[in-house]
Amino acid sequence: MGQTLTEKIFSNSLGRVVQAGEIVVVQPDVVMSHDSLTPGIIDILQQDFGRNTVQIPNQLVFSFDHVAPASTVGTAENQNKVRAFAQRNNIRLFEVGRGICHQVLVEEGIAQPGFIVLGADSHSTSYGAVGAFGSGMGSTDVAAIWATGKTWLRVPETLRILVRGRFQSGVGPKDLALKIGRELSISGATYQTIEYHGLDWLPLYGRQTLCSMAVELGAKAGIVPPSGEISRRFTVPEWLFVDPDASYFRTLEIDLETLEPQIAIPHAVDHVVDISVVAGKKFDQIFLGTCTNGRYEDLRAAALIIKGHQISDQVRFIITPASSHELLRAMADDTLSTLIAAGAVLSTPGCGACMGRHQGTLGKNDVCLSTGNRNFKGRMGDPASQIYLVSPAVAAASAIRGAITDPRYI
Amino acid sequence: MVQIWKFGDDIDTDQIVPGRYAPYMRPNEDVGKAAFIEAHPEFNKLAEPGDIIVAGENFGCGSSREYAVLALKRRQIGAIIAKSFARIFYRNAINLGLILIEAPLVVDELSDHDLCTLDLDGNRLEVGNHRHRLPEISPFAREIVSAGGLVAYIQTNDRLPGE
Repeated sequence: MGQTLTEKIFSNSLGRVVQAGEIVVVQPDVVMSHDSLTPGIIDILQQDFGRNTVQIPNQLVFSFDHVAPASTVGTAENQNKVRAFAQRNNIRLFEVGRGICHQVLVEEGIAQPGFIVLGADSHSTSYGAVGAFGSGMGSTDVAAIWATGKTWLRVPETLRILVRGRFQSGVGPKDLALKIGRELSISGATYQTIEYHGLDWLPLYGRQTLCSMAVELGAKAGIVPPSGEISRRFTVPEWLFVDPDASYFRTLEIDLETLEPQIAIPHAVDHVVDISVVAGKKFDQIFLGTCTNGRYEDLRAAALIIKGHQISDQVRFIITPASSHELLRAMADDTLSTLIAAGAVLSTPGCGACMGRHQGTLGKNDVCLSTGNRNFKGRMGDPASQIYLVSPAVAAASAIRGAITDPRYI
Repeated sequence: MVQIWKFGDDIDTDQIVPGRYAPYMRPNEDVGKAAFIEAHPEFNKLAEPGDIIVAGENFGCGSSREYAVLALKRRQIGAIIAKSFARIFYRNAINLGLILIEAPLVVDELSDHDLCTLDLDGNRLEVGNHRHRLPEISPFAREIVSAGGLVAYIQTNDRLPGE
């Protein structure tokens, strides 16, 4: 019988045939952690495990993205602690401003097709965009990998999304990600891998948008079978292909030809409606960024809509590129200059305002249109603030009008 | 007797501890004091050691932040009984030795502020004259929790769970 991509990746890692449901102990290829949690993981390693060194230094990678540059003395000192630890243990570290871990690991070729990439961050499902098994873990699990080089995992069953057709004008990967949430619900893929089929034509950035949001449905991982841009930019192992007779827990079909722009309304990722339901609603802030929608193509989609217009003076528009590379790409043509000239403001590449810590924290009753992935109550600031999740195109069209707007009508 | 604090479905980790209250942001504060600080101020002020959280589906969804579990552990929550748990939260709880019980049939029988007695060895929860039978915790999870969490398990057994 055929295997799912998850079963193939675990079989390759273990050197034997593995099936969904088994509990296995694996040595992950990459273990990522960022500035927010690495200081605490160092404490667990040193205080609880009683160790000062890690088992496999080149398995680890650190990134500074959550509060970077530091905003307080406390965060600054925590970052210095991580820098010193990285230097002592010879661990790769991506500094302040380099970008969001999930973007940087893809740009640097650290996350590769067929790898097992574990991260101390729930959006580690993002690595499925290059055909890796990417999954998030907590600090103690990660500390245990630092100490032993290994971890236990239950090989998940796979839920298949079968996508048909192509995006209509004004509709893109984020709308598909939100639509999948609408269909599956916030817990509809709990403990499972989502495999996204029918998207051989979709470039890397769109796959990253989809896979970053797999966790929002409870999934352990989200994988797009490597093809197209991924096959050109990465070495895809010859065994990493879809078996026609693989066994799926469930298959959900989605037709892109009839997909409208989607929007998640407060306060849940699966409270998704067609944009027409909330069109015309006023808001205060736009946040264009995150591991879901902070890449050049996302900024470009916004710039193409805004070009020739001004952003409403009733709203503030914050751009936080996913990485320094993506920022450079947006500077190489008129993408960034168009947005800034129209009234947007640029912040340091990284996670930005996504978890409400800096660079756009919301006040009481503030309403934000975010291209991010979570709209939980209080996530970006005061619990009385509201977050709507949208595509870059919806963000841009709405910015011009100062009210939620269908990008197809600009 | 301890008190039940009842929550609904899809309680996310931003509600349990908002990111703004992370140890990274407030290194000199006890994260236990931030448990449900904005989402449930009454729990935040009044929850006592041993109290039980009862919740619907998908408790602990969202971020991987282990300090959401740590905050409840510091408050010495006796157990969380829910219809289901989000996976990262579930692992984090096992790893820190916090008892989670998936009991979809029992949750609807329990009410906020019920006083109860939890017998973990006998898999029973007594509320007034009513005795609820709880499902067994999976042996794999129980082994880690009984050892005192993941670090203690590895140190005691000199191997990983499942190895």
